[in-house]
Amino acid sequence: MTQTISPSRPKAAFLSSQVRSKITWVFFLLPALVIYITFMAGPLFDSLRLSFYTGEGYTPTKFVGLSNYIDLFTNPLWRSHFFGAVKHTFIFFFIHMLVQNSLGLLFANLLSSEFRGRDVFRTIIFAPATLSVLVTGFLWTLILNPQWGAVNKILIAMNLKSLALPWLGRENLALPIISLTSVWQWVGMPTVLFMAGLMGISEELLEAARMDGASEWIIFWRIKIPLLKPVLGIVAILTFVDNFNAFDVIYAMAGAKGEPAYSTDLLATFFYRTGIAGEHPVGIPNMGMGAAIATMTFMILLVGVSIWLYFSRRNDAGDE
Amino acid sequence: MRRIRISLIFKYLILTAWSLVVLFPLWTLVVNSFKPQREIFRDPFGFPKNFTLAGYQAAWKTGRFDIYFINSLIVTIVSLSLILLVGSMAAYALAKWRSRLTTFLYLFFIAGLMIPIRLGTIDLIRLIKTLNLQDSIWSLVPIYIAMGMPIATFVLTAFIKELPGEMFDAAKVDGASEWQIFITIVAPLMRPALATVAIFNMIKIWNDFWFPLVLIRSEESRTVALGVSLLFGQYRTDWTRALAVLSLAAVPLLILYMLLAREFIKGLTAGAVKG
Repeated sequence: MTQTISPSRPKAAFLSSQVRSKITWVFFLLPALVIYITFMAGPLFDSLRLSFYTGEGYTPTKFVGLSNYIDLFTNPLWRSHFFGAVKHTFIFFFIHMLVQNSLGLLFANLLSSEFRGRDVFRTIIFAPATLSVLVTGFLWTLILNPQWGAVNKILIAMNLKSLALPWLGRENLALPIISLTSVWQWVGMPTVLFMAGLMGISEELLEAARMDGASEWIIFWRIKIPLLKPVLGIVAILTFVDNFNAFDVIYAMAGAKGEPAYSTDLLATFFYRTGIAGEHPVGIPNMGMGAAIATMTFMILLVGVSIWLYFSRRNDAGDE
Repeated sequence: MRRIRISLIFKYLILTAWSLVVLFPLWTLVVNSFKPQREIFRDPFGFPKNFTLAGYQAAWKTGRFDIYFINSLIVTIVSLSLILLVGSMAAYALAKWRSRLTTFLYLFFIAGLMIPIRLGTIDLIRLIKTLNLQDSIWSLVPIYIAMGMPIATFVLTAFIKELPGEMFDAAKVDGASEWQIFITIVAPLMRPALATVAIFNMIKIWNDFWFPLVLIRSEESRTVALGVSLLFGQYRTDWTRALAVLSLAAVPLLILYMLLAREFIKGLTAGAVKG
């Protein structure tokens, strides 16, 4: 009704205040956006572009189309390293998925009910996650060293001399052993995530099942696991994303070349050698090829995350 | 009753066994760093009989651990403060500004949780050179801030969205501007969520090895992680020193963790559980 008295004024004030609030909001967002785009999103997309170029040093200027990718997939110089790295990365990931997450589930199940010393155990299990991956890697290199052989000394003392092996020196052993070292470090993550999930399950429900005579084993598989589905999904995707880009532990325990004989070479070490450090003996980084490796890693991650999103969406829909 | 008793014994057995697997390497690490080389080989598990600080002295003097610690501290503190400031401002806008733009930007930030920043390293090296920051600790700070944005916006936006809306309405009726609301109401309430984000990023930044390895060469700019890797390479045959270097890198954070275990666990798992 006031409009009839002064038709223009309130509207103008309304508009300008809206515009003003928009400007305020933009100011809130701007610093984060500028830094995020300049130092993360931008470089990621520019790496994609660089993968179509070649040239020595830091300025790959010559456009070569898909030739880096063709080399990566067909040229014997690149192909075996590339497919080797992809394979090892998947093995590294699967060992985490199986061993780390099963152990995590076991520990979480043991820790989910109240008992004396629970917090101490949880604190200990999680402790290695706060260490630098590099320190963990170096530490285990020393412990597994056959000369000193803290581990081998124990095995010999336990009358298991045949098991006292040069753990990191054998091609078929090094990757599983390094993966297990990394499991040692990170098992606390799935443990506490599963713990949180298990503690969300109502005690009455479990009690009712026990009254009906269900064993703990049945309760675990029939009640706890189905209810843990969302947490299982989160743990799976975290394991995938975190391990698909692992570098530090390999660098510390097997060097940038994934010794012995490239048997522990992951996508990240391959990327580092090719695009950043430069392969011996030339020592000049091939940035275009490095960018192509990064893009391929990106694609695998994208496919993995998409599959995960598809299944977790479908699960959500199924639950409703 | 008997079944419960047996299952409790099993529980303690399994958990104790794993705890030993965790503690044994840490014990050998610390205890052997105080022994001379020969004793490390002869008796790797006992207390040091010929106690020595030679490893630490070497690490501190020839290795310049003093510089590495200060560098790591500066980088971590500056990056963390800016992540919290910039991230909470963005999160406030993402939570309270209802528009299609913020929906898109929220997803844009969150996407970074799934895509490791390392994949853009080649372009980052070029960018850092253009900015003339190569071989300086200041090249690390903007990268770490960018790296912290996804988790900060994810955790903080969820947190602000759960705050009761009447609080904001009441402040608006009183004529408070968005800035005043942000500083006087939102920021103090956000403290627990900020602590979570801070711990998550603190561990990532303090322990990061990749970017120092790629961007930094000279001694004055090294961080602890880079210093450890270079010294460890040099000391490979001198185990007292090698173990002292690793202890110097590991023990401060482990002590901090023992003091704040609950917060650490909450912080480190923040990426998975909302708020």
